[in-house]
Amino acid sequence: MPHWLSLMIDSLPSLLLACVMFTIPLTLLSFVLGLGVGFIAAITRLFAPAPFAAIVRFYVWIIRGTPLLVQLFLIFYGLPSVGIVLDAFPAALIGFTLNVGAYTSEIIRAVLVSVPKGQWEAAYSIGMTWGQAMRRTILPQATRIAVPPLSNTFISLVKDTSLAAAITVPELFRAGQRIVATSYEPLILYIEVALIYLVVSSVLSNLQARVEKRFSRYGGFIEAAS
Amino acid sequence: MIALTDIHKHFGELHVLKGTSIIVPEGGVTALIGASGSGKSTLLRCVNLLEMPQSGRVAIDDAVIDFVPGGKVPREAVLRLRRKTGMVFQNFQLFPHLSAVENVMEGLVTVLKWPREKARGRALELLEKVGMTAKADAWPANLSGGQQQRVAIARALAPAPKVLLCDEPTSALDPQLAGEVVEVLAQLARDGTTMLMATHDLRLAATIASNVVFLDAGEIVEAGPARQVFSAPVDERTKRFISTLTAQVSLG
Repeated sequence: MPHWLSLMIDSLPSLLLACVMFTIPLTLLSFVLGLGVGFIAAITRLFAPAPFAAIVRFYVWIIRGTPLLVQLFLIFYGLPSVGIVLDAFPAALIGFTLNVGAYTSEIIRAVLVSVPKGQWEAAYSIGMTWGQAMRRTILPQATRIAVPPLSNTFISLVKDTSLAAAITVPELFRAGQRIVATSYEPLILYIEVALIYLVVSSVLSNLQARVEKRFSRYGGFIEAAS
Repeated sequence: MIALTDIHKHFGELHVLKGTSIIVPEGGVTALIGASGSGKSTLLRCVNLLEMPQSGRVAIDDAVIDFVPGGKVPREAVLRLRRKTGMVFQNFQLFPHLSAVENVMEGLVTVLKWPREKARGRALELLEKVGMTAKADAWPANLSGGQQQRVAIARALAPAPKVLLCDEPTSALDPQLAGEVVEVLAQLARDGTTMLMATHDLRLAATIASNVVFLDAGEIVEAGPARQVFSAPVDERTKRFISTLTAQVSLG
């Protein structure tokens, strides 16, 4: 067996373990929490009084206007100066959640307003409250339009979690770095790490296609039909 | 009793309704006619409060709301009044993510908290009434405009509203498809459904309206039994409007 292959096989278990223990949980948790933040932010921007909407705009502006790596450093290395000391994983989780929240809030806001106004009126006309109209009429339609852009965010997130290596989270990329430090084979190891990311994001893209298909069964908006 | 009293509605600088009052007789069909911009759609939408008047009173039976400029109306009161109405829209506005029968069930299940099976039974009865039983499980996107509008009528009728509001129910449809919708509405009228409709479809108004109200620039110019308003209008503006409609019909 060639040297490169046996090195890859030998390091695979610890890389996969790092992936399963840190990369995937960090991705899933920060995506779900980030979606929650993004939804609340979007609703606030669309429906809350001006001062609240301004706070959300400020939040989105800060997060989108500064590098994710800098945000992670601020949270993990910066906050201890003001007495807030976080472990690496929670620090990364907060950083990624805020990041996902800011980007998805823009997506969610856009898809919510893309549902025709007449759908709100139709929901109100049969006696629904705002909450019922949102939950039963607007969200199901908005979700369908949101699947492709949200999947995009999700797949980017998987790869972005490699930045957590810089604040000592022992995720996939950092596990690779560790092995490189003892084996002195950066080319082989980083190719292996890249391949694992590739496999994970390919699986996710595949999943996205299936979700989209499921959501498209009813054919879309019907405004122009007659 | 369905009554709107002294309704004022502004959109910014535009004064659309200028103290309009109307009583909708129960068991009859009242047609609101008038040119585009006359305020007929706005008046209709004030009945179920999709538009909130700045001042005036909206009353359906014991649900009464008095509007005063700058005043706040409790959400509960709005819902209570709105739930006595059903509405049919110009462009149907079926829920595209629900099948035809689910569209009709939606108000019963979500608003009135009926069990699904009971709601489905009622929905299927209504779909039969509008001749859409065969398409009960179709997606709205796979229905013609006329079929969509008939499902929308069933959806509006599901919670047994006191009044069915129709906002230009046929004007997005070509004449043939409009015909099937007119037929359904005519049958409802014969069954004694109270309806208030904004329309400039003379065929629709002449076929099923018992009363006609002619609006011009936010004011009621003439109102009375349909036959009388159509055949012997009194006001000059009504005469002119009716003659343009009749000209359209004889041309078409």
